[in-house]
Amino acid sequence: MTNELLRILPTDAPPTEPARLVDDFTPALIDVGAHNLCPGCGEPIAMRSVMEVIAEKGLIQKAIAVFGIGCYTAFSNNLDCEVLQALHGRAPSLATGVKRARPDTIAVTIQGDGDMVNEGLQEVVHAAARGEKITCILLNNGVFGETGGHMTATTTLGQRTKNTLDGRNAADHGYPIQMASLLAGLEGSAYVARGAVNTAGNVSRTKRMIEKAIEVQQQGLGFSFVEILTMCPTGWFIETQEAPEYLDDTIAAVHSGGVLKDITSTPT
Amino acid sequence: MAPRLMEGSEAIAEAMVTAGCRFFSGYPMTPFTEVLEGMAKKLPPVGGVCMNAESELEAIGMAWGAAATGTRAATGSTGQGLSLMQESITELSIARVPLVVLNMARSQAEYWQATRGGGHGDWRRIVLAPMDVTEATELAQLAFHLADRWRNPVMLYGDYYIAHTYQSVDIRPLDFGPLPANDWALTGATGGSGRARLVSPLGDTKQRDDVGYDMSEYYHRVHDRQAEMIAGTEPMAETGHLDDAEVVVVAFGTPGKFVRYVVNQLRDEGVPVGYVRPITLFPFPTATVLAAAEQARVVGAYENSAGQMVDDVRLAVLGAAPVEFIGGLTLDGSAFGIGPDITVPEIRSRILRLCESAGCVPEGVAR
Repeated sequence: MTNELLRILPTDAPPTEPARLVDDFTPALIDVGAHNLCPGCGEPIAMRSVMEVIAEKGLIQKAIAVFGIGCYTAFSNNLDCEVLQALHGRAPSLATGVKRARPDTIAVTIQGDGDMVNEGLQEVVHAAARGEKITCILLNNGVFGETGGHMTATTTLGQRTKNTLDGRNAADHGYPIQMASLLAGLEGSAYVARGAVNTAGNVSRTKRMIEKAIEVQQQGLGFSFVEILTMCPTGWFIETQEAPEYLDDTIAAVHSGGVLKDITSTPT
Repeated sequence: MAPRLMEGSEAIAEAMVTAGCRFFSGYPMTPFTEVLEGMAKKLPPVGGVCMNAESELEAIGMAWGAAATGTRAATGSTGQGLSLMQESITELSIARVPLVVLNMARSQAEYWQATRGGGHGDWRRIVLAPMDVTEATELAQLAFHLADRWRNPVMLYGDYYIAHTYQSVDIRPLDFGPLPANDWALTGATGGSGRARLVSPLGDTKQRDDVGYDMSEYYHRVHDRQAEMIAGTEPMAETGHLDDAEVVVVAFGTPGKFVRYVVNQLRDEGVPVGYVRPITLFPFPTATVLAAAEQARVVGAYENSAGQMVDDVRLAVLGAAPVEFIGGLTLDGSAFGIGPDITVPEIRSRILRLCESAGCVPEGVAR
């Protein structure tokens, strides 16, 4: 594969050559490649990373994914992994029931920022405080993507959304909740990290975070959490190719990446 | 096991564990609290889990997760707490997850909530209403069977008296017959098989099947199953003295037991009165009530509320006889539904007034 193939073309330019299948990149546990999400969306990359980790760790016959409600819910019915669909915000309590009833399973929640931080904040905070042996994945793009780009609890100050047209300002809309930082402060959390999927380097770093989070669950050490910053060019009202950079400048500038807590690592 | 003197709430807990319930989650609220206490004591020794949820929303979420793995699970609350659970109770029905929900009501004003609910969507659920502790221990076991039989939530409508009355009970496992295999339940095991299980109120088909989220198709399928459930569930009711009853009184739960006592007493005194005590509030024993009404002069509905079940009585009677509401809002200052309106003299006087209006009280009956 040459770099030429990976070059991002402006979406309004006609293709210079007809489309052809270069390779089938569909991970083993995704049944069909089609997901109907917008071009440039970061959620499929994040989902793919989660499914790759489950497959590579040989956990496919143990994993149960619990989905929240958002654009990513489109994946709930095309995975070759057992899926339990939750109501908006409620995935951590369902995952708690799954894990407590069947401790031999690997329970992973997939939730967006609207789902986890707005609607269901209490759920995830208590699951973390209980040290629930589940892994929660937050796909954070700072907007309600599915409803068309409205402010969430993680929208950064100055960020324009459909209901903060002049940008979020603290006086009217308060401050963003930094989820990973919040959960890292709870005694029950064992592993808390924040990654992103806007560059190849960030994708591989994020995948390692997911691996670690799942390992922590396997070892029964407590609650594990990976926040993944994802692009939403549609909900951000920007050109598709600008989204990775916008993520760095706007979202990641506030929700900064890294491993915030890892009880398995020895302090240096 | 020999009969043991047990408080109702503990007896219900014991019956649930006997029925194979291995997961319970709840948030304290009287008179549901005492069942939660009982489950917290009884589940760990048998390898079960009892969770103290941070709210009713999480309580039903946890029970949903456990039930989706094929574990017999239950949760519950009291009126207000159940109001919080309505979204989930509804969606559990649409997602076809079996769950037993206890409605330890404070009065009978939760009839609409139990049978209609505050939730959205086109769901149906079976509601069982015991009149005392013994019946509650039997119906609690039946509830798990029916939930598994139809893959649908089932509600047990208790009350303050049932929760707090001590009664001698002999709780044995009851056999209600075979159940369908729960091969839909999540275990993780079907991952990677090309047919991984999906339990979702948004549909249970995969995109690969070229249907994806066809909500209409899924809703129709769920509706068909619920219609089958209603058709396949024999409404249950206890009746007495209906053969020649000129006045019929309908009442459920603890007040139903009081009404039965008063009707038996009045019969001994020569008053031609009979009773119907619905045990399934949904499906409502419509045919039984109609048959009784067709030969009666008047039908009365006694409820510890402003009148909710009376709607179902009227729908059943369909004009065959006049239907009078003879119950009333609780007179209990604590609003726990233990007021002076659930006493024999009060209920007797209300039934007698109804009989007098129908002109069928013989001379000499004490008022």
